[in-house]
Amino acid sequence: MSVDSGDGAGASRFSGSGITKRFGALAVLESVDFSMGMDEAVGIVGPNGAGKTTLLATLSGAYQPSAGAVTFGGHDVTRLPAAARCRLGLVRTHQVPKPFSGMTTFENVYVAAAHGDVRSRDEAYERAIDALNLCGMLAVANRQAETLGLLDRKRLELARALATGPKVILLDEIGGGLTDSEAQELVQTIQELRRRGIGIVWIEHIVHVLLQVVERLICMDAGRIIADGEPQAVMSDPEVVRAYLGGSTQ
Amino acid sequence: MTNQIVQGILLGGYYALIACGLSFMFSVMRIINLAHGSLAVAAAYLIFVLSERAQLPLWACFIVAVAVMAVAGWLIQRLILDRSARGGQLLPILSTFGLSMVIENALFEQFGADTRSLASAIGDLSWDSWELPGGLYVGKLPVLIFVTAVVLLAGLQLMLSYTRIGRAIRATAEDPDTAGLVGIDARRVNAVAAAITLVTVTIAGMFLGMRATFEPYSGAPQLLFAFEASVIGGAGSLWGTLAGGIILGLAQTCGASLHPLGFLIAGHGVFLIILFARLMFPDLASMPARLIRRGAAA
Repeated sequence: MSVDSGDGAGASRFSGSGITKRFGALAVLESVDFSMGMDEAVGIVGPNGAGKTTLLATLSGAYQPSAGAVTFGGHDVTRLPAAARCRLGLVRTHQVPKPFSGMTTFENVYVAAAHGDVRSRDEAYERAIDALNLCGMLAVANRQAETLGLLDRKRLELARALATGPKVILLDEIGGGLTDSEAQELVQTIQELRRRGIGIVWIEHIVHVLLQVVERLICMDAGRIIADGEPQAVMSDPEVVRAYLGGSTQ
Repeated sequence: MTNQIVQGILLGGYYALIACGLSFMFSVMRIINLAHGSLAVAAAYLIFVLSERAQLPLWACFIVAVAVMAVAGWLIQRLILDRSARGGQLLPILSTFGLSMVIENALFEQFGADTRSLASAIGDLSWDSWELPGGLYVGKLPVLIFVTAVVLLAGLQLMLSYTRIGRAIRATAEDPDTAGLVGIDARRVNAVAAAITLVTVTIAGMFLGMRATFEPYSGAPQLLFAFEASVIGGAGSLWGTLAGGIILGLAQTCGASLHPLGFLIAGHGVFLIILFARLMFPDLASMPARLIRRGAAA
């Protein structure tokens, strides 16, 4: 896996500008501007219904934005389907794990590896094993995916995303529903991804888990970004506090 | 009685052969292809034309027909089914119905209502048989068809289990959107699956032409038998399709031995009984698949 050499300086960035997403009359995202270096780790927080998952879905290609553009490492990917974005190195995990049932854990990861930029079966195999190993799933590699428990399903989402050979991974509440010690194991895995130079965008409600990985926090509310920057500063921002506690911001 | 059972099983091989494409397409793309029978008849006509008019040997006709039909499958998926699938679940089914109309009438316009057969191209094979101990005769052609069905179903199963495209097909069948998230182009995978389906349709069409006669409108009964066999076997399960074909074949031959009109009545009767049993006892639906899995695990 290649570690991206240059950081920040404009060329290798992942950004969305003016992203708007409407479902009928309902605007879920209103002109959101987002930009990060390809090896940065960014956390996204915000109350329910703030548009976090919609933003992730629009960045990953599951939704087409109603307006705005997404660029990834110098490519304009706004009109590219998710599969094409995945091949460029932009991959997303689901909030509710969606393993391919009827396949083993290994096959789930292998099918992702085999459709990445691998040159041979052996390379795909090695990449699948590496992803399983990193996520601590080798012991259950031959189990049917539908028999896995929640923690293993979450790990499988991560392993499958990792096997595609990503530059940036978008994580949607991967710690949700886990106990503290389970979440801690996931944090270690994600920290290892950081060491490999993979960029991370992570939506999570459990802020103290998030802060072990990310160095930058974005807070969303009602389809807009209301704060962006150093985590402690964002969490103490009066508007953020109001979004979480006040309720009546209108 | 033994004779009826043996003949019924062999007939079931033919039904499994014609049903396997229908069942494969349903399990991968959730599309019930109403043009299935017409496409098989079209393949039979294609082989007939190549063999009678171009005087090619049968194996060459078969290879050309497989290639042509695979390309046709790709195009049908890309040009018709892909587009109509955006309009909901009913639209692809209606478009395949329209497609079958077009195919049947185009064949009628081109070849007229005469019945045709490929039997003349295979000589002895169409009527030759082996004698088994106990005075049973089994036709060489039905045995060949049965063996082909088993090999084809096993081949499809192995392809789905162990190849890159097979895994991509399974992942897409399970969840096309998630497949996209791991880099699988669902549109391309479905087009490949449609091409594979039409290869199986071509094989079925060729045997249809060898074992019987066909005319432009022969597609409908083929579709009906294919549909019954796949539903009896549990739609979408390949080995279930073989079991379904055999059950249908057995019902028909046993029915025919009770009464000359019993052939179709018994077949349809068994189909309806199993269908209603499935609806009333949903557990039964997954039974064949579960039994097979248990058998494979043991």
